[in-house]
Amino acid sequence: MTPEMEARPRLAPGCRLNEAKQQPRVLLMPERALRLNGPSLEIVERCDGTRTVRQIITEMQKLYAKAEPQKVEQDILGYLALLHEERALDFE
Amino acid sequence: MPKPLVLIAELTHRCPLHCVYCSNPREMVRRDGELPTEAWTRVVQEAAALGVLQTDLTGGEPLARTDLMEIVGAARGAGLYVSLITSGAPLDERRLEGLAGAGLDHLQLSFQGAREENAAQFANASAGTWEQKLRVARWVKQIRIGLTLNFVIHRENVDQLPEMIALGEEIAPGRIEFAHVQYYGWAFANRARLLPTREQLDRSLEILKSAEERLRGRTRVEYIVPDYYAKYPKACMEGWGRKAMIVAPGGDALPCHAAPAIPGLAFDNVREHSLREIWEDSAAFRRFRGEEWMPEPCRSCDRRAADFGGCRCQAYLLAGDAALTDPVCSRSPQRPLVDAIVSATNAPRAGMPPAMPDWVYRPNPS
Ligand code: SF4
Ligand code: SF4
Repeated sequence: MTPEMEARPRLAPGCRLNEAKQQPRVLLMPERALRLNGPSLEIVERCDGTRTVRQIITEMQKLYAKAEPQKVEQDILGYLALLHEERALDFE
Repeated sequence: MPKPLVLIAELTHRCPLHCVYCSNPREMVRRDGELPTEAWTRVVQEAAALGVLQTDLTGGEPLARTDLMEIVGAARGAGLYVSLITSGAPLDERRLEGLAGAGLDHLQLSFQGAREENAAQFANASAGTWEQKLRVARWVKQIRIGLTLNFVIHRENVDQLPEMIALGEEIAPGRIEFAHVQYYGWAFANRARLLPTREQLDRSLEILKSAEERLRGRTRVEYIVPDYYAKYPKACMEGWGRKAMIVAPGGDALPCHAAPAIPGLAFDNVREHSLREIWEDSAAFRRFRGEEWMPEPCRSCDRRAADFGGCRCQAYLLAGDAALTDPVCSRSPQRPLVDAIVSATNAPRAGMPPAMPDWVYRPNPS
């Protein structure tokens, strides 16, 4: 499923990041944990239920200004869809 | 040295239910032998310092501990992700809110089947248990913590799988786990009535696979199959002393729930040692860690890094020696032991159904 641009992704119940002072950073969910690297952490931190998918993409394109914007968008959509399938993310 | 990621904290063996497949040992710890609050507080802090990310608070029935909220708070305060594994029986909405406020992340609610009568049948539970579970599921969803429904399946309820899935769809949790019984502890004593036939198993797998597909994106469906029917054993505990540490109600640190059944293993207790000392040095953790201990055929097998030679407790229960290849493995010289059990289970039964042995219900230690 491709996420809609105006949907607002929010971590699903029972899913959260560990605290900033803990290393490595991970997304914690029932009976599993997903290790996050730079960009995946930046995406997950923005899934707060206030930003739309479109806003997240725009912010990430600014953050990774050297990367091809089209590619950034594709990567983000793919990653959000994956998190949704894992039941780590709801679209509101 | 591997690092533990999960702490399974068995807070008590007390429980109002009497499940015929309970994974607790036959010898249970009584209330006056349980670790006090301060000890659990120290244990969760030491676990976090060791690198543990998640803790499962379980039992017995963890809600039987009046200090549960403090333990949840201590674990969350130490930086752990906190799950509560419960039957939901002794819980009301206010207490649940308190637990969530203290930092509970996720609640796993166990079901004995999809029908009201199952709780009485398989857990000798009092009337009202079923309604209570449905209420708990509703509350958990309202306060927006994680919810897993756990259905334990076996010969006498596997045929209601479609009803279980329908109930799961109605409640719509983030995760549903269908766990075919594993044969240790009380389940081993009740195996003759619990082990499904091959036909039942195959049908259940078909149903589960299609449910997994259909619910994708809504609910994560996971299932555990009975390994008596498998070709290779499961990677028990993802390897002995490799990922998880269990602390029993009295403070013994175990590499596996069923380890107390293995004779000759000496367990260190968290009252006397730090978790780090135990993880690194305890004889019980070192006994089957890595590959040194492996006999043939595991020692030279290409699968040894995938399943670690299977389950030590199962090797002991079935073949009398915990240091053998898991007898469920098709490469094990002891596999005929399992084949005999499986073929007895699947033998055609003419006419009257055979008399089944009475259930052995798990008692409630005082
Ligand atoms: S009797 Fe049932 S509910 Fe109680 S601890 Fe055992 S399996 Fe869990
Ligand atoms: S022989 Fe040992 S390592 Fe190989 S598949 Fe069987 S249990 Fe696993």
